[in-house]
Amino acid sequence: MNEVLIYSLLSLALIGTVLAVILFFVAQKFKVIEDPRIDLVDEVLPKANCGGCGYPGCRNFAEVSVSSADQKQSLEGLNCPVGGNDVMKQLASILGLEVAEQEPMIAVVRCNGSKANSPAKIQYDGPASCAFAHNLYAGEGGCQFGCLGLGDCVAACDFDAIHMNPETGLPVVNDKCVACGACVKACPRGIIELRNRNKKDRRIYVCCVNKEKGGPAKKNCSVACIGCSKCFQVCPYEAITMADNLAYIDYEKCKLCRKCVEVCPTNAIHELNFPPRKPKAETVADPAGDAPVIAETKPRPARKPATESNDTQA
Amino acid sequence: MKSLMTFTMGGVHPEENKFSEHAAIVTLPLPKQAIIPLGQNLGAPPKPLVKKGDEVKTGQLIAKGEAFISANLHSPVAGKVARLDESVDSSGYRRMAIHIDVTGDEWDENIDTSPDVVREITLGKQEIIQRIKDCGIVGLGGATFPTHVKLMIPDGKKAEFLIINGVECEPYLTSDHRLMLEKGEEMLIGIKILMKALEVDTAIIGIENNKPDAIKHLNELCIRYQGIRVQPLKVKYPQGGEKQLIKATVNREVPSGKLPLEVGCVVSNVGTAFAVYEAVQKNKPLVERVVTVTGKSVRKPSNFLVRIGTPVAELIQAAEGLPENTGKVINGGPMMGKALTTIDVPVTKGSSGILVMNKEESNRQRPNPCVRCSKCTEVCPMGLEPYLLAKLAKLALYEKAEKEMVMDCIECGSCQFTCPSQLPLLDFLRLGKQRVGHLIRTRK
Amino acid sequence: MFTISGSPHVHGDENVKKIMYTVVYAMIPAMLVSVYFFGLDAIRVLLVSVLSCLFFEWAIQKYIIKGPLTINDGSAVVAGILLAFNIPANIPWWIIVIGALVTIGVAKMSFGGLGKNPFNPALVGRVFMLISFPVQMTSWPIPKPILEGGFITDAVTGPTALGLLKEGVGAGKTIDQIMSDPEMPAYIDRLTGNMTGSLGEMSAIALILGGIYMVWRKVINWQLPVSIILTVFVFAGIFHLIDPQHYIDPMFHLFTGGLMLGAIYMATDMVSSPMNMSGKVLYGVGIGLLTIIIRLWGAYPEGISFAILIMNAFVPLINNSFKPKRFGLLTKK
Repeated sequence: MNEVLIYSLLSLALIGTVLAVILFFVAQKFKVIEDPRIDLVDEVLPKANCGGCGYPGCRNFAEVSVSSADQKQSLEGLNCPVGGNDVMKQLASILGLEVAEQEPMIAVVRCNGSKANSPAKIQYDGPASCAFAHNLYAGEGGCQFGCLGLGDCVAACDFDAIHMNPETGLPVVNDKCVACGACVKACPRGIIELRNRNKKDRRIYVCCVNKEKGGPAKKNCSVACIGCSKCFQVCPYEAITMADNLAYIDYEKCKLCRKCVEVCPTNAIHELNFPPRKPKAETVADPAGDAPVIAETKPRPARKPATESNDTQA
Repeated sequence: MKSLMTFTMGGVHPEENKFSEHAAIVTLPLPKQAIIPLGQNLGAPPKPLVKKGDEVKTGQLIAKGEAFISANLHSPVAGKVARLDESVDSSGYRRMAIHIDVTGDEWDENIDTSPDVVREITLGKQEIIQRIKDCGIVGLGGATFPTHVKLMIPDGKKAEFLIINGVECEPYLTSDHRLMLEKGEEMLIGIKILMKALEVDTAIIGIENNKPDAIKHLNELCIRYQGIRVQPLKVKYPQGGEKQLIKATVNREVPSGKLPLEVGCVVSNVGTAFAVYEAVQKNKPLVERVVTVTGKSVRKPSNFLVRIGTPVAELIQAAEGLPENTGKVINGGPMMGKALTTIDVPVTKGSSGILVMNKEESNRQRPNPCVRCSKCTEVCPMGLEPYLLAKLAKLALYEKAEKEMVMDCIECGSCQFTCPSQLPLLDFLRLGKQRVGHLIRTRK
Repeated sequence: MFTISGSPHVHGDENVKKIMYTVVYAMIPAMLVSVYFFGLDAIRVLLVSVLSCLFFEWAIQKYIIKGPLTINDGSAVVAGILLAFNIPANIPWWIIVIGALVTIGVAKMSFGGLGKNPFNPALVGRVFMLISFPVQMTSWPIPKPILEGGFITDAVTGPTALGLLKEGVGAGKTIDQIMSDPEMPAYIDRLTGNMTGSLGEMSAIALILGGIYMVWRKVINWQLPVSIILTVFVFAGIFHLIDPQHYIDPMFHLFTGGLMLGAIYMATDMVSSPMNMSGKVLYGVGIGLLTIIIRLWGAYPEGISFAILIMNAFVPLINNSFKPKRFGLLTKK
């Protein structure tokens, strides 16, 4: 019995040694020489592998960053939206470079064609895939630009940041959003857009992407942009452009004055996270003035600092 | 050879339900307003030649196809152009269309509207193709591919057979069947014209043997038309598919990704052959077609000869109205047709039937998990693996799907029809095809 | 309000439930035979097995997965009957319950339920029981037809034909000596099932009858069981020709043990078998070869359950490399 024990121990040890030697030489032979900075950069990245930077995976982004630093001495065009400015600063310091500060962004759903606003005229009976439904038909409410409500964006999100609201049938973005852009790519109708977060998360945007003329647009959805240009005329900062019967607010030019929100006849322009407005008398007075509204109206305590800080940034 | 031939691979046999089989073709009165969408053919839509307020006659050219794959459009009615505007198409999307207020039915003076059959073919090959092009003839089987493009055989290729599709493998539909019975003679002349244009000696009309009267009728007529023969086929779906029909009639397999011309065949529909006859012999453009209105709940399943641009609602009205419990209206047959979002859409060149389904029929059953029974693979007429392709499309693995030949799918729906788990296989296959097609186009 | 969906707008009358119950109907002849030979004990085993499979499926779906309940689809009934077919009639009830838990809980639900299990659940349950309770699982009662009195099996147990063979060959006996053993069932008994064995592997005739029914109803393809049976016949036949005194004739292999049961009901399980025809044939040949290898040289007298489980593991690989014949690819060159 002892012999058996010894032989098996010996043979196992021998096999182990031989394999170890082989492995040692194989490791030597196939060794990949890699820039150690790639590991360092990879270390600070969020490891979400979301693709928000435009590269497949964090490791690839790290490789691209290092080679860009070597070749161009800059990190231009490279940004990790998930990690934000902190991560990019760390990354730059590893590579001995500087990065420009990026404004934090958030995904914005530009459709308000809820079940109440755009009542269903037909019933969809098929797989829960916006991409497929987009090829099949215009939408339950009849709007060919609006949200199909089947949740491709929700499925695409790796950060649990977008969910369907069962009451409205529309997706809602929450604070976990890191602006990776996965939902923007997933939406077959291009409804979701990455926009500036602004201070206190205040945002103003046209919550509609309907390019039809007013009549047909309004027929399908009570809160559609009808292309009336009222907001375009009232905007003091030329932040609003009109194209194909649709208004668009440039978030870089917008100073969050909220004038457009007030004039929109279909409530298609949304404001988010603003304090409640002052009594009616004053808001009615607003459109009368043709100079920038902030200067004329009485100071609104919660709003003014936000506008100022935006001014300094711009 | 009179034995029953069919294609070898896959296939299913859905309930036939040919209710309107014995209903003779009835000509429908003109609509009050005709809506003529521009994009009625495969390929580029034609450019409109009329503007608001113009007076048009029946058969007058109103939009010209300028691209290589495009087809002319003619006014199906006489009247005044009300507007050029977007109009909702069958899927609810808005597309450009010409709206014409109908005032009468005064035909363009160059068109022979007499009912006499013109038997003698006087035009030469090039003239025939030009006439077909001028008259805006497209494939009336449903794909609406411009016929004149099909007839222009590229150098170095030679057509041996003209195969005429009289299969009508879609359940419910009977428009081709009625046409073969009532316009058999004209159709055969049309086939002769196509044979002359293609320079082929043999034409084979494939007909499934659930239409024995059509087979008999055409067989009797064929005696006088040399080179045309009728090939009875076993009833099996999707025999009307181009590649399947070639396999069934002449036992040749069109290579993957190639056109039927690769194996020396050109396939055309019986409706197209009739339209070719009218265009070439009578100079009559494609302004009307036979449409079946049918369904289990339809009170009077019928076959109508209607003008292009007539709203579907009027057709259903003529079949004694939309049944109350209607859940779905389909443009085409139940296997490949498109569900309509509204019945106010017009009849187009590609509409072969309007199928009304009641509420019970129209909803799908809840899908179960795939049990890997491989029935979809067995019935696929193209030898694909639908379960796998659907899964790849769902997971967005489009490159892998391309390798698994998703582009060969003919969207016949046999897989989804047979799936015991009621999975939406074809829905995902379509999505996969669309995405892979996009991938291939962007690669170039 | 109209409904809109992609084509096709009609569906054939096939559904999962129908398929599963067709399999159940196909197993009725074999069930009757087992009841005939083992009386109340057979009914007891079948009932305990089916009910506990149904219970575990229901309990796991309701309390662990918390998903929709699908016990109506009949797949648990099929698994339960197949499990019962694979065990002796005199086995204690609690072993069956444990086997059912492994069948449903481990082999089916842990992979995600119907359609997702890589291995045949009933076979996993059976192999688990065979390894865990070898004594109970290999003491087969002597069959006692109802007509000859007695609804309850005797306490007397006996070896199976394959067990006798294995023992005999192991002891160095020739085939003639083994066959002359009084316990060895005669040919006609092997065919009708009057021999010791598990519940469902008794009568080859009843099993084949069920198989023909399934092929007629298009639940299984005939190619797969036939390829298994042919492979076993040919492979065993070659050895029999080489040395008839050491290797028994192939017909013996075909009608003893679980070969028919495995080939017709187990290997054809939709979920765990390959998807394409060429793959199915290869899978069948593999099962046939492995079965004979285990029977001739393995430690166990019976090998088909192991053979099927081993080949189950190869199914993804087979699916990947054996594609159906594509339309229009042969002419391409």
